[in-house]
Amino acid sequence: MRKLTNGSAGSGVASVDPVVGSDLIHESAIKHVTGRATYVDDMPEPANLLHVATGQSPVAHGRLRSVNLEAVRKAQGVVDVIVCDDIPGDPDISPVYTGDQLLAGGFVEYVGQPIFAVAATSLEAAKRACRLAQLDIEELPAILTLQQAMQASEFVLPTRTFKVGDAASAIDGAPNVIEAEQTVRGQEHFYLEGQVSLALPTEDGGVHVVSSSQHPSEVQKLVASVLGLNIHQVQAEVRRMGGGFGGKESQAAALACMAAVFAVRTGQPVKYRMPRQDDMVQTGKRHDFWNRYRAGFDDQGVLQGVEMELAGLCGCTADLSEGIVDRAMFHADNAYYYPQTTINGYRCKTHTVSNTAFRGFGGPKGMIAAESLMDDIARKVKRDPLDVRLDNLYGPGRDETPYGQKVEQHLLPDMMRKLADDADYYERRKAISAYNRDSTVLKKGLALTPVKFGISFTATHLNQAGALLHVYTDGSISINHGGTEMGQGLYTKIAQIVATTLGVSYERILVTATRTDKVPNTSPTAASSGTDINGMAAKQAAEKIRLRLSSFVAEQHNVPVEEVSIANDVVEAGGQQLPFDEVVKSAYMARVQLSATGFYKTPKVHFDKESGKGHPFFYFANGCAAAEVLVDGATGEYRVSRVDILHDVGSSINPALDIGQIEGGFIQGMGWLTTEELLWDDRGRVISNSPANYKIPTAYDLPEQFTVSLYDQPNNEDTIYRSKAVGEPPLMLGLSVWCALRDAASSFADYQVNPPMDAPATPEQVFKAIQSAKAFRRSS
Amino acid sequence: MKTCPNGQELKFVLNNQVVELSASADKTLLQAVRELGLTGTKEGCASGDCGACTVMVGEQSGDEIRYHTINACIAPVEQQAGKHVVTVEGLQSGDVLHPAQREMVNCHGSQCGFCTPGFVMSLATLVEQGAPAEREEVLQGISGNLCRCTGYRPIVEAGLKALQAPFQQPIEGAGLLQSLESFEATSVLQPTTEPELQAAISQQSGAGLIAGGTDLMLEVTQRYQSMPTLIDVSNVESLKSVHEVDGSLVIGAAVPYTELETLFAARSEPFVSLLHRLGSRQIRNSGTLGGNLANGSPIADTPPVLIALDARIELVNTAGESRMLSVQDFYKGYRDTDLGGDEYVARIHIPVQSLDAFHRFYKSSKRLEDDISSVMGAFLFEGSANEITGARVAYGGMAATPVRLAAVEDALVGEKPDAGLIAEVVSMIASQMTPLTDVRASAEYRSAMAASMLERALLEFTGEDRPVITEVQLHA
Repeated sequence: MRKLTNGSAGSGVASVDPVVGSDLIHESAIKHVTGRATYVDDMPEPANLLHVATGQSPVAHGRLRSVNLEAVRKAQGVVDVIVCDDIPGDPDISPVYTGDQLLAGGFVEYVGQPIFAVAATSLEAAKRACRLAQLDIEELPAILTLQQAMQASEFVLPTRTFKVGDAASAIDGAPNVIEAEQTVRGQEHFYLEGQVSLALPTEDGGVHVVSSSQHPSEVQKLVASVLGLNIHQVQAEVRRMGGGFGGKESQAAALACMAAVFAVRTGQPVKYRMPRQDDMVQTGKRHDFWNRYRAGFDDQGVLQGVEMELAGLCGCTADLSEGIVDRAMFHADNAYYYPQTTINGYRCKTHTVSNTAFRGFGGPKGMIAAESLMDDIARKVKRDPLDVRLDNLYGPGRDETPYGQKVEQHLLPDMMRKLADDADYYERRKAISAYNRDSTVLKKGLALTPVKFGISFTATHLNQAGALLHVYTDGSISINHGGTEMGQGLYTKIAQIVATTLGVSYERILVTATRTDKVPNTSPTAASSGTDINGMAAKQAAEKIRLRLSSFVAEQHNVPVEEVSIANDVVEAGGQQLPFDEVVKSAYMARVQLSATGFYKTPKVHFDKESGKGHPFFYFANGCAAAEVLVDGATGEYRVSRVDILHDVGSSINPALDIGQIEGGFIQGMGWLTTEELLWDDRGRVISNSPANYKIPTAYDLPEQFTVSLYDQPNNEDTIYRSKAVGEPPLMLGLSVWCALRDAASSFADYQVNPPMDAPATPEQVFKAIQSAKAFRRSS
Repeated sequence: MKTCPNGQELKFVLNNQVVELSASADKTLLQAVRELGLTGTKEGCASGDCGACTVMVGEQSGDEIRYHTINACIAPVEQQAGKHVVTVEGLQSGDVLHPAQREMVNCHGSQCGFCTPGFVMSLATLVEQGAPAEREEVLQGISGNLCRCTGYRPIVEAGLKALQAPFQQPIEGAGLLQSLESFEATSVLQPTTEPELQAAISQQSGAGLIAGGTDLMLEVTQRYQSMPTLIDVSNVESLKSVHEVDGSLVIGAAVPYTELETLFAARSEPFVSLLHRLGSRQIRNSGTLGGNLANGSPIADTPPVLIALDARIELVNTAGESRMLSVQDFYKGYRDTDLGGDEYVARIHIPVQSLDAFHRFYKSSKRLEDDISSVMGAFLFEGSANEITGARVAYGGMAATPVRLAAVEDALVGEKPDAGLIAEVVSMIASQMTPLTDVRASAEYRSAMAASMLERALLEFTGEDRPVITEVQLHA
């Protein structure tokens, strides 16, 4: 049985009340700080372990004329070398559609695409051997940018449209019209633990794969598919990931499949761990977007019509881009009512690595257009951007989204006003205006932006989850479920849910590693859904056990089952108090089944892709952030001086973990919009290819003043303990920083104009925006 | 130099055990400790950028053992001979967590946990060093640790709380350090005097010189080159010391940046401020001025500084002959220096009067901390607001080598730095250098920043207050 303090009474770790709603520490916290938490690469290495590296395409687009691997095969330490034809089953490892080849066949479609793979006695030997290949590739013309793809109408999937009314006419008839475009760059996940899988051959000719994956069931399915096995011959196991952020939803499978192919071919255990330099080149990232919008509004800045063109850079295959560009479209309104609108989403095909899920899943790319638009409107009608935002929010009577779902819980008007009060928004706005009038080089910027994020997989069938709960004869309990732990605290919350549902202490519950042979056919831990769906499944399993034990005690004590209660490890019936352990023992002796499964499917969700209408989300999670920045007009350099956040997690299951998600999501979003610049050269090579030139935030980038509060209001939908999902939504709170930087840039033109500013707002981009504002002021 | 019989193994203390092993020069400390089963120390990048591999290293210094952090992923294990290496597994005393561990737990400072051992080691080192419980200390201490989950707030809080905690017992294993009788490494030669170093260079032709290894080791970890033998200059006493001789500050090439921060604390605030943005704490604990010069990079932070300060480089050859040359003369071309195959960078001589003159160093980068310069500007002006009598203007990141702009200097000297002159010299910048567009910045932005830096320095020289908001806040 796990103890909160890991058996070390002297460790001084605070103990807290172990129920839903309390600030329990992460279930692995002590293992994290002592180095005992085991990640895939930390597992004791089995004898004869082989290591994998791949030979990569040097060109963005080409036809393989010949691949001579003779020298590779002869290199020191090399045990096996494979090309696409050596894959026994289906080499296609696409998650949804087709095109993602484990190894390139006749053509290569991005720089870094694996053409062959080597298994050797060490990683160094495998890497060195890869260099000895002689590749003859006929280079073909490559499409590398969104503009090129749009021009050539090169798409990985068809374009979709959300349409309400006649946006063009509404805009044309409006008193004010604005038109703009923006380039919004992608983002490298930079999970601290790189992609890794370990494959162990089994006696049945199958494989046991230990993976760092958000989607063990897909790993299992694809490993079986590349090997030509039945799914039941493959077990996938995930105890924890060193970060995922969407980057290990579909991308982890390739490593597992490659390791598995070698494991079956050689009969030896095989590890495939990507060094950071490969991970940054070979795995998909957040999509670049090119957004164009045109909007019509009245003199108060209230929208009458909005047209948006959102083009996502999908890379060479579809991967998850169908849903990602859909979600950019779903969030192109962010929190604002578009009475008449047309939103087009383009899935551009380029000869670059196939982009993939990343916290927010396209949502941030739509939202930045909406937030940019709000600021543009505010400058045009000369109102405070916050007032324009408040006036455009959804509300009763103006509640239908561009995809037909109605917003039912209107929290944001109150949340934003409360945050404006708590963070002294209007007072600071005055002070900042005064400061900016007097200061020539340094200027301040301020912005308060909302987030409304739809919760549910937009692929409806994924909204299901299972759990498996065992009670053992000593009263200890183990729970297994389909979700994976990537640091978000899912296992902790599941244990809290089971403890609370059963009425027993948290210490009794052990959450065991996610395995496909315990709970099958699971959905990825993605779309912020981990606790929502797996928590409900775990709760249902716990309720079954609770009912069985209660019925057993009721029968024994001859009382109605409703009069049996379980709380604090004590079962009470007919005035008698029975220790939980004793009840379990006697239930076992009386042959009561002490194991149960749970299953959950999210209600109310449906969506018709073709018409672009439906009810894709069970509910919305909301938040808002106010950011203040100080900008140097001579260089574009800046500091984020203060951030205040108010976020809606419904009734929190664990406020400490939720605040951790909000803070971490905000900083990650801020990084995407400030220092993290994902760049490619004109030959399709990622040039921001290492942490030396791709800069995620450090502790110095933490705002000097940083306050996060929870908006304590239960979910109006029947979710797990009335909580709300928290994984993705806070990322988009980072938009407040981007808007504040643009606000500061605008001050260089006395707020007469909003200078264009691409994302991320590196010092260089801010400098350009300031130069453009200054040029406007000079010319006017 | 202690020469060692073949097959003798290097000895160091790892947590509370003496470890003996033999390894090639290019085997990293990270690989070694993980092979020994201590998998708490992680590989996040293998390039010294993320800090997941941070360990604490203690060295005997007089009666005490001084601890600092390093990136184990780019440190040869052989360089640890005779030292006390503490990993995350070595912090706990029985069941009792180290304050850094305990507060990381209490403050919810870990999420996915992969970066956590590195943060714990950085914070624990601050505790062991007796650092004051100040936010700036914590930020400096973890400047080389990346976290992708938490957003850092709880980690900073944990650091502050750990530093407020009462004194705790010493790290286990420290006592074993004195018991190490011999600690020779076999593949990383460790001369302790310059004659030994000179002999090693002549005998091992082709063996690289290593000090901190923060750049050199990337050849191994990123490009999979093998380096069977290295010559470690970091034990040569005369290369690790600092003297003031004949009006010059003479700095040994192997003095780590962290020591320079202390050395320049009272002498040059601009330099100390720049040092706080050079790499990270872990890098500054290992990296040296000598290494920054010898690798010949055009984007190194310190060469423009040294040019502005009129520093001279002392090179010594295997015959023990030394020659002096100016920093700008040292650079021949892109990654090409005047350093001969039989020479090493021995010392850097900085005239004290330069440090007394007005000087400013500005760095432009995407991220404030631990980022490579897109432009580095260094300026020294003598005279007054009525007349500039001396000027040195140098840049990094603007050409294939660090450059000095004589034309700009000539235009300034003998003139009154009024608005007209400032505008004139600032407008000269664009024609003086043709920088590249690369991953760090565009050519246009580089030129604009180079101009902006010059303007700022001149305005400050004439008394105008031009605050630099990206300057790291220094505590008193």
